[in-house]
Amino acid sequence: MEYFLTEEQEMIKDLAKRIADEKIAPVALEYDEKGIFPRDIVNILAQSDLCGVYIPEEYGGLGGGIFEMALVVEELSRACGGIALAFAGTGLGIYPVILFGNEQQKEKYLPDIASGKKLAAFGLTEADAGSDAAGIQTTATKDGDYYILNGTKQWITNGGEADIYTVIAATDKTKGSRGFSAFIVEKDTPGFSFGKKEEKMGIRASATRELIFEDCKIPKENLLGREGMGFIVAMKTLDRTRPGVAAQAVGIAQGAFDKAVKYSRERHQFGQPISSFQAIQHMLADMAIQIEAARALVYATCRTIDAGAKNFSKESAMCKVFASDVAMKVTTDAVQIFGGYGYMKEYPVEKMMRDAKITQIYEGTNQIQRNIIALELIKAASRSK
Amino acid sequence: MNVIVCIKQVPATNEVKINKQTNTIIREGIESIINPFDMYAVEEGIRIKEKLGGKVTAISMGIPSVVDLLRETLELGVDDAVLLSDKAFAGADTLATAYTLSMGIKKLGKYDIILCGKQATDGDTAQVGPSLAEKLGIPHITYVKRIEKIEDRKIRAQRMTEDGYEVIETTLPALLTVVKEINEPRLPSIKNKLRAKKAHIPIWTAEDINADKRLTGLNGSPTKVVRTFVPDMKIDGEMVQGSPEEQAAYLVQKLCKLYFKKTS
Ligand SMILES: Cc1cc2nc3c(=O)[nH]c(=O)nc-3n(C[C@H](O)[C@H](O)[C@H](O)COP(=O)(O)OP(=O)(O)OC[C@H]3O[C@@H](n4cnc5c(N)ncnc54)[C@H](O)[C@@H]3O)c2cc1C
Repeated sequence: MEYFLTEEQEMIKDLAKRIADEKIAPVALEYDEKGIFPRDIVNILAQSDLCGVYIPEEYGGLGGGIFEMALVVEELSRACGGIALAFAGTGLGIYPVILFGNEQQKEKYLPDIASGKKLAAFGLTEADAGSDAAGIQTTATKDGDYYILNGTKQWITNGGEADIYTVIAATDKTKGSRGFSAFIVEKDTPGFSFGKKEEKMGIRASATRELIFEDCKIPKENLLGREGMGFIVAMKTLDRTRPGVAAQAVGIAQGAFDKAVKYSRERHQFGQPISSFQAIQHMLADMAIQIEAARALVYATCRTIDAGAKNFSKESAMCKVFASDVAMKVTTDAVQIFGGYGYMKEYPVEKMMRDAKITQIYEGTNQIQRNIIALELIKAASRSK
Repeated sequence: MNVIVCIKQVPATNEVKINKQTNTIIREGIESIINPFDMYAVEEGIRIKEKLGGKVTAISMGIPSVVDLLRETLELGVDDAVLLSDKAFAGADTLATAYTLSMGIKKLGKYDIILCGKQATDGDTAQVGPSLAEKLGIPHITYVKRIEKIEDRKIRAQRMTEDGYEVIETTLPALLTVVKEINEPRLPSIKNKLRAKKAHIPIWTAEDINADKRLTGLNGSPTKVVRTFVPDMKIDGEMVQGSPEEQAAYLVQKLCKLYFKKTS
């Protein structure tokens, strides 16, 4: 399919692909097995200017948008969805600053993200507040020129590895989600520590940790937007970054598909390559159709967002749901095509199947996404009446 | 620090095919790349610049399309590039190549360090680097696997040998040829790719660099390739016993025997 990328987008995609093929693919299985955080790959991305593709030029980035970010995530994810998340998770963590930061905050935080010197993370989820993000218990109490944070965030991507954290906390508990505020918290702030690194099913090269705040004092300049805007900051950010998860899903699916096609031509049974069996051929055809459809939806959504559309919650949710369901289906079929070998750790597709699963869960489960889509549809229908 | 990196175009294949009639390399129909060893020289040049400031210039002698390969070095972070290209340069052996490069480098002006790959993967001679240093009248260190320091107009480097390394120090300007152990070449960056796309890479002819055409290309190439083979580096040693006099006598006798055997 021809997606008519600009010359610069083409360049970004090609370079990300080279890094995936030459630098990530050789280490993907090992980093997964041992749970190694890909600091070396981050440095390569940094040197190649890819860390800043979505950061405005005035802050040292390349001035692209969600589409450029998605192109990088997709290409890296072909080789490893977990390693790609060091980059994508940073996007999630820093987008609140891009969207809601004031000039000082942008000047302070964006250049180091663009250069790849620092990573970011986004802390919303808590033990009792997952899909129901409005249930968070972490508090931020104003104290003169400071806010005092208390509470624990759970399963935070890049936790412990990132230097800059966007954290959602309640500044006014009586107001529910309207009493939430968003804060920038720097690593090494006294009172801010990390829980143990989680042992996960997939994306094992990604670090997932608790963020623990115990009377953590942060300057009031670190408030993003105004008090009470926290929930909006979170939702607007997630609307923008969900296509990133979708791109991760497309990349994982494409990676598994490429392996499956190659293997089907090499593996012989009954005296012929298994690619000669129609059952396998149709499976491959269906995989290819789904991947291309998912990619087209992701790219169209990214372009809609970057063109300045106002409300795109529905589109963003749609591409995330569709692409992640495709990734799960395609990676499962890839394992099927590999047969018993597909179930073995020495072969790459079992990892891809494990990695694909998370894309249906995080940044809002697919059930929640369908809720969002349905709600938007019903709202629109009621408006047009 | 002004660094000059010499690069060469080679065929993108490990199996170099030789024309049996002329004993020269067949280049037709094979994709061309930058000599892989030169990529380490490019990387080292960029690292020197990043550490000590200054500028890196890439230079090559070759056909006009080598401009594309020079552009690739700009994508990696090299500042400027220049190609020496002229019909009069065609058919150059290592001597004529070194002469031509030396004239190009003289035109470039002031430099501190010249870097080359240890050898090219096609000809495999490893001669151009050292010959170039001779033509320029500067010292050289071959097979460098690490630059220890650059200070007070001196450079100190580790030179790889068969079974270890030597530490060699010399004054600047100097020429170094590097081995692949020296670094891991980087990938391009988007900003440098954008810059490289717009960059003008000049092509200098024999006249531009004041080259004497009797010394360039086929005219300047006394080399006749009789046969190509990889030299056997494994030489069996023999420990000679006895007093110094006895040892010397034994050695003379042995050498005479070898010498007469060869010429007889
Ligand atoms: C590896 C990993 C990394 C993560 N990284 C981050 C991060 O960086 N930052 C961050 O803030 N969070 C992060 N999360 C948290 C993630 O976003 C949540 O896990 C996710 O939103 C779901 O919440 P939950 O796990 O509590 O599931 P629950 O909300 O408990 O859901 C359980 C099940 O119930 C369903 N369900 C819940 N409510 C409804 C409903 N109303 N209608 C229909 N079905 C419903 C869900 O779809 C799901 O199937 C991460 C999670 C993981 C596993």
